[in-house]
Amino acid sequence: MLEVKDLHVTVEGSEILKGLNLTIGAGEVHAIMGPNGAGKSTLSAVIAGKDGYEVTHGTITFEGRDVLEMEIEERARKGLLLGFQYPVEIPGVKNIYLLKAALNAKREAEGLGEIPAPEFMKLIKEKIAFMQMDASFLQRAVNEGFSGGEKKRNEILQMLVLQPRLAMLDEIDSGLDIDAMKVVAKGVNSLRAEDRGILLVTHYQRLLDYIVPDQVHVLVDGRIVKSGDADLARELEDRGYDWLLEGSAA
Amino acid sequence: MNDDVQRFLDRLTERNATRGPEPTWIAARRQAGAARFEALGFPHRRIENWKYTDVRDIARHDFALAGDADFSPAAAAALTLPLDGHRLTFVDGVFAPALSDLGDLPDGVQLMPLSQALEDNHEAVGGPLGRLTGVEFSPFAALNTAFMEEGAVVRLAPRTVVEKPIVLQFLSRAGEQAVMSHPRILIEAGGRSQATVVEHHVGEEGAANFTNLVEEIILERGAILTHYKLQEAPIQDRHVASIQVEQARDSRYTSFNLNLGGGLVRNDLVSDLNGQGAETTFQGLFYGQGRQHVDNHTLVNHNAPHTTSRENYKGILDDRAHGVFNGKVIVKRDSQKIEAEQSNANLLLSDRAEIDTKPELEIYADDVKCAHGATTGQLDEEAIYALRTRGIDAQTARGLLTLAFAGEVMERVDLDAVAERVELTVAGKLPERFNLAGLVETATALNEE
Repeated sequence: MLEVKDLHVTVEGSEILKGLNLTIGAGEVHAIMGPNGAGKSTLSAVIAGKDGYEVTHGTITFEGRDVLEMEIEERARKGLLLGFQYPVEIPGVKNIYLLKAALNAKREAEGLGEIPAPEFMKLIKEKIAFMQMDASFLQRAVNEGFSGGEKKRNEILQMLVLQPRLAMLDEIDSGLDIDAMKVVAKGVNSLRAEDRGILLVTHYQRLLDYIVPDQVHVLVDGRIVKSGDADLARELEDRGYDWLLEGSAA
Repeated sequence: MNDDVQRFLDRLTERNATRGPEPTWIAARRQAGAARFEALGFPHRRIENWKYTDVRDIARHDFALAGDADFSPAAAAALTLPLDGHRLTFVDGVFAPALSDLGDLPDGVQLMPLSQALEDNHEAVGGPLGRLTGVEFSPFAALNTAFMEEGAVVRLAPRTVVEKPIVLQFLSRAGEQAVMSHPRILIEAGGRSQATVVEHHVGEEGAANFTNLVEEIILERGAILTHYKLQEAPIQDRHVASIQVEQARDSRYTSFNLNLGGGLVRNDLVSDLNGQGAETTFQGLFYGQGRQHVDNHTLVNHNAPHTTSRENYKGILDDRAHGVFNGKVIVKRDSQKIEAEQSNANLLLSDRAEIDTKPELEIYADDVKCAHGATTGQLDEEAIYALRTRGIDAQTARGLLTLAFAGEVMERVDLDAVAERVELTVAGKLPERFNLAGLVETATALNEE
């Protein structure tokens, strides 16, 4: 589904990713862990298409297509969706408008017409209830004045409505208390499906107690230095990253 | 005398030679207008009030006066706002009965072209005409007075509530000879009457005319008037409007001054709050692209205690457009317990766009509540990126955010036909009506379940 090969990325003149390889297949949940500054957020930002990241070498392909050749919005319409660590506040744009415009953009790309209003409302009603959100959220401006937990729930709500092929979640657990984390994890787990990939980027193992990954990768200094199953995450919780940092320096 | 002034006065002499017999007072008033215009000349940029607006594009032109109101009905229909209302239409300033709809006027409402009001009953019009926006208002108001003959008269008897909007439509034609028009709008709203007036300026692509409008609006005790001025004139048109509102006790005036078109635009909007409890609200939106120049000067005179004014102007400027906002509030010495709020926010969509903004407060009373603020900024690139990562294309994302900026003004616009025109110009074609009234209602219903 997603294949990242020997990816080198430079930000403002310094190399952040230094030859990263990653393959995610349909139905798989991958977690990328690593210390601060390892390049975790850079990877998801490059895949989503954020400005300011220069790919100097390597390829990213998604379902056979060259991702780096696609416009940001095209990536989203094809099902590559990023949940932000720090969701942006968009004053004046109502949540419900964002959801509807985004869903219709995707449907248009798929050759479907605009979603009929009753069908849309039924869908939204079901998803906000699932995320334990109040319907008043729909009328509020996107993320404006939302608490940290509300912003993260909102990111997952967008995923549930847009049903991506590959969901990338950047530090979706940061700033969440345990109850909010459970709701967010429930949302993510509901996305698990045969034909969908999920990529979790996280600093802490805690999230992985609630969303159990198929594979865990440790990213250190721009490269994946170790991969394993869910047990690797637990080992990192016990031992920290230092033993791997030494390995990478050697 | 300056050649420019002479050229306009020559056109006036030509026009006057064609007039039939008229009562002496109107001829005398035109003459006073001409004399005042001759004395003042066109304003220049050394005058503080005109510092940022160069009117030479008007002064140096030779504008004729239109002789007819011919306009293809199909073309007019395409320009007309889809509003169910009572309608007067003018083509280059000339009344167009065929494009007007004066059927079913409710009792207590008089709506007619000024020419007819003058013919039917000189005395009733003669009193208020020129009392508010007189020859001293500005050189343009004096010039208008020199030419005055046509326009719209709206009179509401006390306690009359008009359900449908009253639409005053001004069409500008493209042609070889540029023309000028000097329409006057006179609105007299009797005690506790209530109405919505939609003034719409629009025209054929390629038109390059000059509209020099004067408006006088009188609100008697407790009258409520909502006044939309949707100016989407062709991009080379010149548009100057001088509007003065007089408000008696407990009256409420709301202005939506929406400027999307015109190459050179100047609006002067003045409200006199003369009685306790009078309230005025100025909502403004100006959008400029290309080399458009849009200047809004507003003034609120708090002449009585316990009066309220609220003002919110939003400017959006793209390309090399130039916007001007000057909002003045004057609180007289004995006008205690007044409230005045003013804000102007501007969005610059290009590096070469320019805004000059200046709030002015003159307060001579000591027990007042006044606030004002002005900001200028650009679109948030982070927000554009965030929208694109959800599959929304860059152009729509920009349109959405631009419209969101105008949101505070636009969400108060109750007429869909007006809001849609603004949306289309400011944001381009969006997937659906931005405010999504229906969806929001559904969401509210969901919430109440």
